[in-house]
Amino acid sequence: MTTVEKILARASGLPSVKVGDVVEPKVDLAMSHENAALVINQFNEIYKGTNLTPKIWDASRVAVIFDHRVPAESAKTASNQKKVREFVGVQSVTKFHDIRGDVGGICHQILPENGYVRPGAVIVGTDSHTTSHGALGAFAFGIGATEMASVWALGVAVNVEVPPTIKVVVKGRFKKFVGAKDLILHLVGKLTAQGANFKVLEFHGPTIKQMNTSSRLTLCNMAVEAGATAGIVPADLETERYLREEAGVAEPIDFVASDQDAVYEQVIEINVAKLTPQIACPHTVDNVKPIDAVVGKKVHQVVIGSCTNGRLDDLAIAAKIMKGKKVSQGTRMLIFPASGKVFRQALAKGYVGAFMQAGAVVMNSGCGPCLGIHEGALGDGETALSTTNRNFKGRMGNPNSEVYLCSPAVAAASAITGVITNPQGGTN
Amino acid sequence: MATVVYKVGNDISTDVIYPGRFMATVLPSETPLLAFADDAAFNAKLKAKQIPPGSVLLGGQNFGCGSSREQAVSCLKGHELIIVAKSFARIFLQNAINLGLRVVTCPNIEANVGDELEISATAVTNKSSGKEFFLVSLPKSRQAIIDAGGLIPFTRKRLLEGAQTTR
Ligand code: SF4
Repeated sequence: MTTVEKILARASGLPSVKVGDVVEPKVDLAMSHENAALVINQFNEIYKGTNLTPKIWDASRVAVIFDHRVPAESAKTASNQKKVREFVGVQSVTKFHDIRGDVGGICHQILPENGYVRPGAVIVGTDSHTTSHGALGAFAFGIGATEMASVWALGVAVNVEVPPTIKVVVKGRFKKFVGAKDLILHLVGKLTAQGANFKVLEFHGPTIKQMNTSSRLTLCNMAVEAGATAGIVPADLETERYLREEAGVAEPIDFVASDQDAVYEQVIEINVAKLTPQIACPHTVDNVKPIDAVVGKKVHQVVIGSCTNGRLDDLAIAAKIMKGKKVSQGTRMLIFPASGKVFRQALAKGYVGAFMQAGAVVMNSGCGPCLGIHEGALGDGETALSTTNRNFKGRMGNPNSEVYLCSPAVAAASAITGVITNPQGGTN
Repeated sequence: MATVVYKVGNDISTDVIYPGRFMATVLPSETPLLAFADDAAFNAKLKAKQIPPGSVLLGGQNFGCGSSREQAVSCLKGHELIIVAKSFARIFLQNAINLGLRVVTCPNIEANVGDELEISATAVTNKSSGKEFFLVSLPKSRQAIIDAGGLIPFTRKRLLEGAQTTR
C-alpha cells in the first residue's frame, strides 16, 4: 500500500484499502479558521429537532485559529469571531489560537509549529491548503464547512474515496536562489491546475530527503493548486528532527511509509539541477514561466508571507538580499510573518529591522493580502508580485489587477528594483 | 428541460464564483446576492431574479477549483441553478453534494447559451443540437447523502442511530 492507503486503512479499522474504496476514517485533527462561524451554524442545524445537545465528539482533536481577517476588518467579522470565541469556550476547545502575538498566526503554520500534526494522522481542515500538513507525513485534506460540522458531530469523515497516488521523484541540487517554491510552481505548471484532481502527490527522491520541513510545507501547501486531494512526504529523520526540536513533541513518532510494491498511478521524475526561478503569471497558478520570460515587468506591490512562504527561512533569504538596500520608489513592500513565533524569531535575528530600514512594511501575522480581504488590496491596473499561492482574478482584492507568484528570493530582489528581477543576476 | 443561461471556461475558481472579500457573509439567505459578484452583468441578472430556478450554468473543466469556501456552493444553490461541467474540483463537488446543489459531470458536453438540455440518469441531450453526451454518475456513497437530503440530515440520522445504540 501507499502511505495514504495505509493511513486510511488504519483510521478506518480495515486491514487494507485500495483505490476507489469508500471509507470512513476516524479524524485525528479537525481544523477551522474564522469559517468556524459557518461550521457552528451547520453544526447546530444537525442537532435541530433532536433532543441531543450539540457537543463536539472530542474537543481535544479540534483546532480553531483566527488568521484570515486579523485583527477584524469589519464589525461583521468581529462579531463572527466573537461568536466562535464563545463557542470554543463552551465546547472546551483548547487548541484555540486567538488574535495574539504569542500563540497566534496562520493556521497552516500554527498546526505544525505546535506539534499538532503527527505522521500517520488523518487531518481535515476547512481550508483548501490543509494539504500543507502532508509535509509531516499526515494525510491532510480540505473540506467544506458542512462536512466539518459532520466531523464535529461524528468524529469521522463520512465520505472519503481512497485516492490514487502520483509518485513524484525529485533529484538534483538546486542552484543558488532556487528552491521548493520554484519546484512546486514548475510541477503545477507541468501537471496543470487539474492534473492531480482527486489524487495524492507523494514526494520522494534525494532532493526531498535533504529538504527541511519548512520547504516540504511549501511543496505540500501548493499540491492543491494542481487539484490534488493531498500532498505527502512520508515521515523520515527530518520529520522527527522538526517535531522534537521545533515543535517540542516528546511522544513516540510513528513512521508510516509506502510499501516497496505500492501501486502508483504514475511516476513523475524531476531533476532540479537546471531549474531557474519560476513565476506563475496571471490569472491561473498553472500559467508558469521561467523568470526570464517576465523579467523587467513593473510591480507596484511586493508581498512576502502566507502559509506558503512566511516562515523564518523565507524571511532569512529575503533579509539577506534586502539588507542595506532600499525598496524602489513606486513599489510597496508588505511582509507578514506566518506566526507570532516566526515574527519574534525574525525580530531577534534582525530581519524585521532590515526590512523596515529598506522601506518595507512589516505587518501582523495572519493571511493579510493573500486573499484580499482587508489589508494590502491592489489598485485598478496594478501588478503584485507575491510569495503566496494563488493568483486568481480578484484574489488580492481587485478584479482589475494582476498577481504574479514567486519565491521569497525573487520577491526581495524585485522589491529593490521595482521590476521582476532574477536574484541570480546575469552571471549564474 | 433546462436552459443554458450562462457559459464559463475552464478552471473557474471559487474566488470568481464568490470573491474572498465577502467571506464574512455566511448565511445562505445572503450569499446568493454575491454570486459571481465581480461579473457585474451576470450578477445583476441573478439578483434581479431574471434567471429561473432549474436553469443551467455550463462550466468547463475543473469547475470550482481553489478555496474550500462553501459560500461558492450556497450562493448558486440559492438560485437553484444546475451546474453542468466537464469536470469539477474535488472540494467543490463534495460541498455541492453536501448542500444539495445539483451538479452534473459531463466530460464531452457541447452547448451554448440558449440551448435546451435534457438531463437523464445517464446522459445529457442537447435538444438544440440533437447531440447526446454521456454523464459520469456519482459514486453510490455520495448518492446516499443526496438521498438523505444533504449531509446535515444524513449526519443527524447517523447521530440518532448512534445515540440509540449506546443507550
Ligand atoms: S495565507 Fe493565504 S492561502 Fe494561506 S491560509 Fe491564509 S488565505 Fe489561505
